[in-house]
Amino acid sequence: MHRFALHRVWDTRGEAEKMTALLTPRNVLLAVLLAFLALLPVYSTLTGNYFLMSLFTRILILAMAAVSLNLIMGFGGMVSFGHAAYLGIGGYAVGILAKEGINSAFVQWPVALLASGLFALGVGALCLRTRGVYFIMITLAFAQMVYYVAIGLDRYGGDDGLTIHKRSQFFDSVNLSNRAFFYYLCFALLLLAVYVVWRLVNSRFGMVIQGARSNERRMRAIGFPVFRYKLVCFVISGVMCGLAGILLANHTDFISPALMFWTRSGDLMVMAVLGGMGTVFGPVIGSIAFLLLEEGLSQFTEFQGIILGPMLLAVALYARGGIDGILMGLRRG
Amino acid sequence: MLYLIEQCLNGIQLGMLLFLLAAGLTLIFGIMDLVNLAHGSLYMIGAYFAATFAAVTGSFVLGAILALVATLVVGMALEVIAIRRLYGRDHLDHVLGTFGLLLFFNELVRLIWGPAGMTLPLPSEMLTAVQVLPGVYYPAYRLVIIVATLVVALLLYVLVMRTRVGMLIRAGASNREMVGALGVNVKLLYTLVFGLGAALAGFAGLMQAPILTVQIGMGENILILAFVVIIIGGIGSIRGAFVAAIIVGLIDTMGRAFLPDLVRQFVSYSAGSSLGPSLSSMIIYMLMAAVLVFRPEGLFPASSK
Repeated sequence: MHRFALHRVWDTRGEAEKMTALLTPRNVLLAVLLAFLALLPVYSTLTGNYFLMSLFTRILILAMAAVSLNLIMGFGGMVSFGHAAYLGIGGYAVGILAKEGINSAFVQWPVALLASGLFALGVGALCLRTRGVYFIMITLAFAQMVYYVAIGLDRYGGDDGLTIHKRSQFFDSVNLSNRAFFYYLCFALLLLAVYVVWRLVNSRFGMVIQGARSNERRMRAIGFPVFRYKLVCFVISGVMCGLAGILLANHTDFISPALMFWTRSGDLMVMAVLGGMGTVFGPVIGSIAFLLLEEGLSQFTEFQGIILGPMLLAVALYARGGIDGILMGLRRG
Repeated sequence: MLYLIEQCLNGIQLGMLLFLLAAGLTLIFGIMDLVNLAHGSLYMIGAYFAATFAAVTGSFVLGAILALVATLVVGMALEVIAIRRLYGRDHLDHVLGTFGLLLFFNELVRLIWGPAGMTLPLPSEMLTAVQVLPGVYYPAYRLVIIVATLVVALLLYVLVMRTRVGMLIRAGASNREMVGALGVNVKLLYTLVFGLGAALAGFAGLMQAPILTVQIGMGENILILAFVVIIIGGIGSIRGAFVAAIIVGLIDTMGRAFLPDLVRQFVSYSAGSSLGPSLSSMIIYMLMAAVLVFRPEGLFPASSK
């Protein structure tokens, strides 16, 4: 409910109360986080620490994928275990077009988004006929199908993947190879994605989706064509994740089927849940936490899974609200 | 023609392997309502145990038996330590928790056995080819896999349909609370069922070990195929899993064997060699989609088993 809390605060309380109500540990952390993300390229450029900027570019991109997953999983209750497929489709659309000599972003990006959207439409139309565990397994299976198709694409590297020699080209003045520029582009698009999700879930459309999560039969009985609503939501999420795929391909200059192996979908799911499902900023926090943890653990042990694995189990068992939930708990406690 | 028969047998063999995995998955899902992503890890562990024990004892059969027992024990221990806490929770919790277990097992295996894969050499008497039909030779070991799995499937059928434990398992699948209320130790029953599923997965792993390299992550690809099998067969139905496993095994193998050539008949050679493998890997998913459109509950819905 805290998503709506801010509105209520503005309406009913005095100025001073408004300020204290806004100064929750969660909001302070968010503000600090956003400031840090905004200033990171400045720090990197001054100190020459480009590794940090590259790491955070990756984090921002995967955070966007997690945000898109959260839209259907956290708000719509559709547990998609195949979201890495959209990363792959977005990435492969860029890679294949680049390989065929088409570098213009004005062609690459719409094609990539359209491809992700169409795939989401097809998969969604099938999956949404089922529910629960079927839904999980079917999204998983279709994502794995795309993975095998990519392996079969001999012309585009097959199993070994494909190097992208030239990043997407906009106008001459816009250069995606500029690291700081690319970082800010990813940051801006991530904020845009979060904003879009926030607007969506607070709209009438979002209410229908969330209503369907709570009780689909009742929503249908009121007269909403729930299937269509959910399908549209599924497609929006797929397109958003496809955008993350475009950025990821441009960031790594390389695509391979490993991009969409099913464990990658699992990672995205972990990011969304770890941060806090069903809150718009949760997946961003979750992605930062998960990827930094992974990176940090790899510094002193090569066996990260020994620690990460049981940690995930613990999150599943004891901390379903994720980090966001813990922060909310601080406020109450 | 010879090639066709050989591919048929290969398909059945793949189907048998898938059945072993799918039976465990569907049993665990049907009775405990648990989605287990770590099932592939048990398959991997079975293969590692078999390779290790066979090397220690010097006997393939002895190694296989020890590995089977060891996987059963690992499975039951896993249930008691971790899986038990996931019952009755959201499917998303199952997915997250068992995904964590999968990461854990991958790293644990890397820690114990090292990053390099292992091989499990076959005893020499199984390396020969057997004449299955006049003029048709087939590797003896692959026949052993088919026969052994059929025996296991039969034993499973007898266990579930003809014994007291099987009766409790079936009762547990249809009404958990009632079985508990009648004084059955449901906790123990669940541990046994999970152990049984683990042993089936381990058996699949150890039978497959001599054909493939034993390596980390070997269970991850096959797990998804097992999912496809139980979706087609109907979740919770062992009979459905058996039929669907053979269908999927045959279609997948046939597709890979013949589709690339077939495609080349219609399009240019170079396009065909790129399109063929992609198409053949899609067939079983297309089949799954078709089943979902016409029978969303699978071919053998669990309610009518």
